[in-house]
Amino acid sequence: MQIQKTRKIEALTSNYAVAYAVKAADVDVIAVYPITPQTTIVEKLSEFVANGELNAELIHVESEHSALSAVVGASAAGARVFTATSSQGLELAHEVLHIASGMRLPIVMAVPTRAVSAPISIHNDYGDVMNARDVGWVIYIAASAQEVYDTVIQAYRLAERALLPVIVAYDGFLMSHTVEPVELNDEEEVRKFLPRTPRPYTLNPRRPVTMGPLTSPDWYYEFKYQQVLALQEAYKIAKDVDAEYSRAFGRGYGVVEAYRMEDADYAIVTYGGTAYGNAKAAADLARERGIAAGVVRIRLYRPFPTADVLKAISGVKALAVLDRAIMFGGPAEGPLYRDLATAMYMSGLDKPAVNVIHGIGQRTMYVEDLYKIYTMLREGPRKEAVFMGVRI
Amino acid sequence: MTLPRATELPIGAVVTEPGSTRRYSTAGWRTLKPVIHDDKCVRCQLCWLYCPEGTIAEVRGVFKVGGRSYDVKYEIIYDHCKGCGICANECPTKAIEMVPEAP
Ligand code: SF4
Ligand code: SF4
Repeated sequence: MQIQKTRKIEALTSNYAVAYAVKAADVDVIAVYPITPQTTIVEKLSEFVANGELNAELIHVESEHSALSAVVGASAAGARVFTATSSQGLELAHEVLHIASGMRLPIVMAVPTRAVSAPISIHNDYGDVMNARDVGWVIYIAASAQEVYDTVIQAYRLAERALLPVIVAYDGFLMSHTVEPVELNDEEEVRKFLPRTPRPYTLNPRRPVTMGPLTSPDWYYEFKYQQVLALQEAYKIAKDVDAEYSRAFGRGYGVVEAYRMEDADYAIVTYGGTAYGNAKAAADLARERGIAAGVVRIRLYRPFPTADVLKAISGVKALAVLDRAIMFGGPAEGPLYRDLATAMYMSGLDKPAVNVIHGIGQRTMYVEDLYKIYTMLREGPRKEAVFMGVRI
Repeated sequence: MTLPRATELPIGAVVTEPGSTRRYSTAGWRTLKPVIHDDKCVRCQLCWLYCPEGTIAEVRGVFKVGGRSYDVKYEIIYDHCKGCGICANECPTKAIEMVPEAP
């Protein structure tokens, strides 16, 4: 595949970037139910379908539970499908998340992330997608509108190769409703990148199969173990797909992104657009002030890219894991912190690591706040989690 | 009884053969199976009564066991026995032994 010669740059929100990627992927079925801040994705897709720019079946459903159920059915019939949700919608669809991954359906779903109720917040954090991190879906967390566009296209290739559903998450509002320049691929090239490959099983009256059947204790465990293997395999496939995409379109991200980590003594490990952008600015500031600071961003969150993260942080003296979600009552409140602590423990890597929670319900994160994390790390190890930016 | 491994099963639990429930066996999760030692059995019928799966068959006929003659015999239908061990527990003469299932 050739790197595209014609460059077409549009000013797009991350939500519109999703819609353009879905159009380029030539999906067959889209289930739409509006929830803030996801709504403008399905609005744009409705426009594409109404204008005849995208030949897809658009299903208006009455809830997110139905939206995901509709694409489960369409995907089982062999269609390339898309849906999107956020926050309470993702919670309402939670039951169906397990069904989609258990049935091994290559569904792609965009999630501009949003805090969960109660109290009601329409603003951004990662509480919603973190509640869905252990359900057998692949989860990407993108950090720019360009990356959102590229990742949705990659997601179809990964989903259809691994036979797994994929979430593409990114900051609600902070990315979903802010405009950035996005380079769009030639749609013909995208379609070449995403060939329609026959799936092992689809609903077909000429070759009848039963999908999603009842299993007894003699089968269920084995199918769940198949999912374990599939997620492990998806780690490698995600890296291959990113490399192939970068060869075809000239843009690649890897599964983990490192910023100024070559000689860093202190690192912030985080995910999402705002946290990564601010952490990079904070690392620059820290370096001006004499601290060898760096940032690691998790792009592929499930399967957890253990080997790549550990490699990225192997040279640091201490690290902070910046979470934008609270998972209550665990040994630490940050979900990424728990993943990273487990990864370090299981591989025998012993680094002082502190859990920092910030940006909950879109609480403003200043670059100076994140700079303070580096000075805190330099002062020495601390065990307790830091709830930065909260009024205590 | 050997069952397919995780990697040998169709992806996503798809049933590829219509009407396959005709051959449905509910015995696959058994790890121990009951074996009746007929020479110790006194035909009390308790295992037949207690089996929650109704999977112990009462077979009619003429059965000579160690000088005695019975007109009934108890047999396990292994396709449906789930290996719970209730029969072995209830048997007053310990005629039923729970033995490991072949891997
Ligand atoms: S082990 Fe349980 S299911 Fe099997 S024959 Fe005995 S009582 Fe019935
Ligand atoms: S309970 Fe024991 S003794 Fe009684 S019928 Fe069954 S096997 Fe025979």
